[in-house]
Amino acid sequence: MRVLGLILAGGKSDRLWPLTKVRASAAVPVFGKYRAIDFTLSNMVNSGIRKVGILTQYNPRSLMDHLGSGKEWDLDRKSGGLFILQPYVGPNREVWYRGTADAIFQNMTILRRGEEDHVLIGSGDHIYKMIYRDLFSYHLKKGADITLLVKELDETYNLSEYGIVQLDDDMRVVEIEEKPAHPKGNIAFLGVYFMNKELLKELLYATVPQGKYDLLLDIVIPNLDRLKVYAYRFDGYWRNVKKGIKEYYRINMDILRKEVRDELFYRNGKVYTKLKDLPPPKFTTTAVVENSLIADGSIVSGTVRNSIIFRNVRIKVGAIVENSIIMESTVVEEGAVLRNVILDKNCIVREGRVIEGDIELPVFEKRAVL
Amino acid sequence: MGNIVAMILAGGQGTRLGVLTERIAKPAIPFGGKYRLIDFTLSNCVNSGIYRVGVLTQYRPHVLSKHIGIGRPWDLDRKDGGVEILPPYVGRHESDWYKGTANAVYQNLEFLEENDAELVLILSGDHVYAMNYNDLIDYHLLKEADGTIACMEVPIEEASRFGIMITNVDGKIVDFEEKPAKPRSNLASLGIYVFNYEFLKKVLIEDENDPNSSHDFGKDVIPRILRENLGSLYAFRFDGYWRDVGTLRSYWEANLELVLPVPPFNLYDPNWRFFTHTEEMPPAYVAPGSKVSTSLVSEGAEVYGNVFNSVIFQGVKIGRGTVVKNSVIMTRAEIGENCYLENVIIAESVKIGNNVRMGVGEDAENKLDPKVYSGLLTVVGMNSVIPDDMVIGKNCVIGIGVGPEDFKSKTLESGDYVIPREE
Repeated sequence: MRVLGLILAGGKSDRLWPLTKVRASAAVPVFGKYRAIDFTLSNMVNSGIRKVGILTQYNPRSLMDHLGSGKEWDLDRKSGGLFILQPYVGPNREVWYRGTADAIFQNMTILRRGEEDHVLIGSGDHIYKMIYRDLFSYHLKKGADITLLVKELDETYNLSEYGIVQLDDDMRVVEIEEKPAHPKGNIAFLGVYFMNKELLKELLYATVPQGKYDLLLDIVIPNLDRLKVYAYRFDGYWRNVKKGIKEYYRINMDILRKEVRDELFYRNGKVYTKLKDLPPPKFTTTAVVENSLIADGSIVSGTVRNSIIFRNVRIKVGAIVENSIIMESTVVEEGAVLRNVILDKNCIVREGRVIEGDIELPVFEKRAVL
Repeated sequence: MGNIVAMILAGGQGTRLGVLTERIAKPAIPFGGKYRLIDFTLSNCVNSGIYRVGVLTQYRPHVLSKHIGIGRPWDLDRKDGGVEILPPYVGRHESDWYKGTANAVYQNLEFLEENDAELVLILSGDHVYAMNYNDLIDYHLLKEADGTIACMEVPIEEASRFGIMITNVDGKIVDFEEKPAKPRSNLASLGIYVFNYEFLKKVLIEDENDPNSSHDFGKDVIPRILRENLGSLYAFRFDGYWRDVGTLRSYWEANLELVLPVPPFNLYDPNWRFFTHTEEMPPAYVAPGSKVSTSLVSEGAEVYGNVFNSVIFQGVKIGRGTVVKNSVIMTRAEIGENCYLENVIIAESVKIGNNVRMGVGEDAENKLDPKVYSGLLTVVGMNSVIPDDMVIGKNCVIGIGVGPEDFKSKTLESGDYVIPREE
């Protein structure tokens, strides 16, 4: 099956502030060395998709730097490969994308060109591992126009933040309520669409020029009676980093559980990310490390518990880091104590400084000196 | 102005490394948690701005060739120049295995010609060091030498293991002794040379036509240049870290030096990175209740036990209650629960069961090859499986691909060995 991959990665997400001060939500760092978008992008590559367009808008520098020419995902190709689809000025056109449908509409060329007959639309904010091939054959078997990825969410998700779907016995979607105040069920749409490319083009031409710009609200939901929209169930780990700092923290802490690590890192293909050519992490004579992830290039001389230590971090002698996320190239000086905090890249925590968060997690922006 | 071309000699077998080099060439041996030996020389080349590199392979080249590939991790995938693997090939007259280091370069004069070489760097693919070759080249140009040899001062009692230079006050080499019994100087050759191409070509052709030569740079070419006064050779003094990890003991020591608080060899220098071809792996995980100190624990490793003074490679699993001490554990090895391992070298993809004790007991000379397996180290070759409850002594060796059925009892005395049964 010839499938074009599109990843929506333009999101701003004020709820992740200040982590999104310098980057799009798809580029927020997770699990010591990855960016959120690595998961969807690796899923696509692992599913045999050889042409991927990334729709960017909000502060894309860090995302573009991360993706480069797509080399790490084997997407630096003569045919197909990685396409960064930025908003641009043209004759008679608005510059910014006004919604997800508008973003794709403004890049109609990538849909028009190429021999792909289907389109998989995913999001750069979602953390999950999946090979989409079964979804493809499900779509064909059902004779569906559009197939949506759904999941039954448990009580750890706030259902009124998701699109809640109602299904008939055949798994056909009969209703979608976007962020309902009183959710009628617990099956949520996971933001992954699969459909015929020609159909997508038609729907976009029929909708976007009318001033309707959202893929879900303006294209899928109004057409539920006319189109055969089916749901494909996903039962694995799935989380959305964009839902806020607490969710972001939770996702990172989840990786300290073996079953989550096994699923996200070792099942359904690898997760690819930008390489940094750093030496192995070093644990010096005074190091005490428990239940933590330590990325390459880091040197730990202090105490680290229940934490995520990104690449090239220095935890000096006598420093204590607990229940925290410490991003790349941050230095925690001698005797400093950090509990329940998130430090962005390149921070410096001065000698003896004590910062303890509680339910409210203090988040320190890039290059903060504490 | 022509080009600088590096020729990396990577054909060596490294017989004194025993089971580690039984299946792979010495330059392909894993080192320092994620590297292979040749990474250091390749990285030195690109960090020095040298992007024309030939790698001369011969012994067991598969792992090495796959590792280097088209040179992408070193930025050597170039339109102009880049890295080229130069294996021996059948010439017009006979099957031409490389007869020695000089012959290997001689057989690839065409490669140097094609690359429009003006200066040729001759390097070894199995040394651990960081050197900016521009310093060597600048010295060579300053002295207007025909050839320059990088040298290091070594303790005089160790000098007889090396090629020793005798120089005048200007640094010009007046005499050279290969592994002398009574060294007249402590200036040892590092096997790193730079030659003017035309000069090198001339002496290599002459050497090839010399029926008494064994076609080796150290043994034949350098002594003859000096003896017959064919050109001027200078000694460039290098005072950084340099190791030829030729024996199991020196291999083990050089690895464990990396875990020292201030290591003599710095892998973490942001201005001199070492590049390698590695598998994509997630960060290392250390579990609750584990103790890890004075160690390197590479990506993809999952540690549930305790690790002291050791180098743990990528993807290694260490089970609950296990203690690993003074050891080198290579990529994807899996160690079960409640084991005790001390002074061991475990090769790639070895599986060790539960309650295994290794490197324990009295000292005893190895029965298989005491010259290779010594220094109180126990070595396990790649892909071997060690069953539960084994007790294995010191100076033991377990071969490549040994299975549980190859062990006759639950005890392997110090100095004993297990090699797989013949198929």
